[in-house]
Amino acid sequence: MELDMNKYLDVFLEESREHIRTLNSRLLQLEKNPQETSGLNEIFRSAHTLKGMSSTMGFIALADLTHHMENLLAELKEGKMQVTSRAIDILFACIDRLQIMIDDIAGGKKPHEDNADLIHALETIRSAQAETAAGTTQHAEAVVLTVDDAPDTRAHGMIYNDYDITILKEALSRGFNVQYLNIGVAPNSMMKAVRVFMVFKALEESGEVIKTNPSAQELDEGKFDDQFELIYICEGDLTKALARINQISEVKLLGNHAVDPSELTVTEPVIKAGPQSSAGAAEVKKNEPDMVAPVRHTVRVDIEKLDLLMNLVGELVMHKGRLEQIGVLYKMEELNNAIEQIDRITSDLQSVVMKVRMVPIEQVFNRFPRMVRDLAKELDKEVDFYMEGKETELDRTVIDEIGDPLLHLLRNAIDHGLELPQQRLSLQKKRQGQLYLRARHEGNHVFIEVEDDGAGINPDKVRERAIESGLLGIREAEQLSDEEIIKLVFESGFSTAEVVTDISGRGVGMDVVKSKIEALSGEIIVNSKPGYGSLFKIKLPLTLAIIQAMMVTVQSETYAIPLTSVDETTMISARDIKVIQGQEFITLRGSILPLLRLNRLVELPETDQTTDEIYVVVVHKGSKQVGLVVDTLIGQQEIVIKSLGKILDGIPGIAGAIIARDGSVCLILDVATLF
Amino acid sequence: MSLSKVPLEKNQSPGETMQVVVFFLAGAEYAVEIKQVEEINRLLNITRVPHAPSYIEGVINLRGNIIPVINLHKKFNLSGQEFDPQTRIIVLKINDLNAAIIVDRVSEVIYLEVDHIVADTQFFSPINAEVIEGMVKREDRLIIVLDLLKLLNKEIN
Repeated sequence: MELDMNKYLDVFLEESREHIRTLNSRLLQLEKNPQETSGLNEIFRSAHTLKGMSSTMGFIALADLTHHMENLLAELKEGKMQVTSRAIDILFACIDRLQIMIDDIAGGKKPHEDNADLIHALETIRSAQAETAAGTTQHAEAVVLTVDDAPDTRAHGMIYNDYDITILKEALSRGFNVQYLNIGVAPNSMMKAVRVFMVFKALEESGEVIKTNPSAQELDEGKFDDQFELIYICEGDLTKALARINQISEVKLLGNHAVDPSELTVTEPVIKAGPQSSAGAAEVKKNEPDMVAPVRHTVRVDIEKLDLLMNLVGELVMHKGRLEQIGVLYKMEELNNAIEQIDRITSDLQSVVMKVRMVPIEQVFNRFPRMVRDLAKELDKEVDFYMEGKETELDRTVIDEIGDPLLHLLRNAIDHGLELPQQRLSLQKKRQGQLYLRARHEGNHVFIEVEDDGAGINPDKVRERAIESGLLGIREAEQLSDEEIIKLVFESGFSTAEVVTDISGRGVGMDVVKSKIEALSGEIIVNSKPGYGSLFKIKLPLTLAIIQAMMVTVQSETYAIPLTSVDETTMISARDIKVIQGQEFITLRGSILPLLRLNRLVELPETDQTTDEIYVVVVHKGSKQVGLVVDTLIGQQEIVIKSLGKILDGIPGIAGAIIARDGSVCLILDVATLF
Repeated sequence: MSLSKVPLEKNQSPGETMQVVVFFLAGAEYAVEIKQVEEINRLLNITRVPHAPSYIEGVINLRGNIIPVINLHKKFNLSGQEFDPQTRIIVLKINDLNAAIIVDRVSEVIYLEVDHIVADTQFFSPINAEVIEGMVKREDRLIIVLDLLKLLNKEIN
């Protein structure tokens, strides 16, 4: 049967990924606690659902692999086999393969098909352990229709309105065959909506479905228990249509009869809540107590559409500003009152749009337990991994970027921080290395921490390495405190092969982690105590789309400096400026602050205006502080960042643009690349 | 200004036509396909972008979108340009790319027969031949048809 599966592909992909996540996390729990087999039910169910969905969608290789997984899981579940680490390893390998296949499907490719290796492994472990395997294969055939053949006389909840009755009477009077059909769908059927679609398709080859119960929309969303009713009008013989229905797998015709014209009376809608239908529903729920998770209604929206919405809101704010000016200019009080209302609505609108873009960090965190487990296993280490604050929300754009730096920090912690079990015992530490990943909100920021109780960073080794690589002179290195020395792990070019074993990762340096986080307008700091472990603390803005900025002018141009780069603003006297080798300096609270003239940085000509009062914005780039000399300070503002587009991408010193209240464009300075 | 004076010099039957916007740059006539043009506007308030290539005049705000403005005089080393009341910007939208060009004057919108566009770039052209699609002779006029997608793509690389 030709069926437009594309319509359901997104649903399939989304749901199967969800099941893979469940499989991964439940399997991890099981591995930790092999006696606690209650989780197996859920694992089994997820595998089973995946199988059903895959075969519905025609992904045979997927269905086949899950089928074999299911066989093994069934035996584990029934206690016919012990949960061994070998079994878990194989199951993890299967999950990885499923993930690859699903990614293939998502990428429009033909999914990886040769799973003989895994299937073989699954079968081997089964036959090795379970001699009592007889009968277990039945489990794999769970997708059989178990709907009782309900009697045709079963009272049905079809409710007709005047319109329906007119149509039906008309059809009857013209001699059409008007049939009531009761159709059952296997209760454990996946993607019921697809079944419904197939039923409709089968019927509409030779007639028309004019009424359903539940409504067509509910059916389309799969919102029904195990059966649905419909009224079908066709010319002549029904048998062919009915045969087509019975050919659809997991679907069965429970009964049909010609609609009796005497039935056709307008039924009061109250009956909908009547005892018959509600009792039926309750019964079904009893059978599947753990299937009734509350349904959350969500819509998937292209992030570009949200950006567009954001732009429009930004524009609305801009035009509201113009209205305000008009109101002030013409002293129109009524207009001003109206604008106040609009003001409230626009700021609500703005915050709603912002919230829509927020997603829980769970999405990123969820991939880590598996990674931690695999890496620990590979390195013969034992790790207790804790995650806190998964529900913490962050802007979509930040979420997409934060995964890799976190992954790197976690890998480092396991690879270089946590010691081997024997070593830990001899150090009077718990055998299992303790690894924490935490997220939390604090004001306008999100903090993410990666903490381990491993060996920590040895400042002497860092010092040694810093001198070797020429990053520091010997004297300089000795003057720096241990804390300052540890910060050096973020310097570029620091992590080379020799240090890799102690503090850094596999070729990717901590400097990459740091620059990535700074690119997100965030900060990273490290605390470490040799012998007691390390704590990496990342501070991120809630969103990248709206930031706080310091507005400054230089000559006739206005610029925004992100507040995350600004330490303070100050006013100095021209006489305080000292010049050493052509570089201007001032002394600010005892420390030397180099000055840079913003007009030079933005290629504006020199002017010979001489004022004694000079405004300085103290900004930092990494650990380096610089004073930017500007003409005037306008003040702090919340700004909506806009991209300069592909053509002007990557211009040094410019991070983007904003649209000012008067509609003109102001540029945002990027302190990291400005000087 | 006449709109569609289809020349019937070669073909008696009119072939495939394309609608173009004709504009002046340093005295010569150029055309860009109307499909690539989003709108034609008076010179808006342009914000200079430091460190951008010199022929990028800056960026403008077009209904909430930031659009870079290319000065074709500078891009093609044409003689100096002074902005006057006739100066226009042509906002282009080609595929996903948005950009605007500054032109001395927009003269008309006409139909050209695609067959009449000569892809020969051997003739004298004051601008870089790479962004030229071809030229059209109309009476005593010579109109150079530009392919601005090439121009914008070059900017990205």
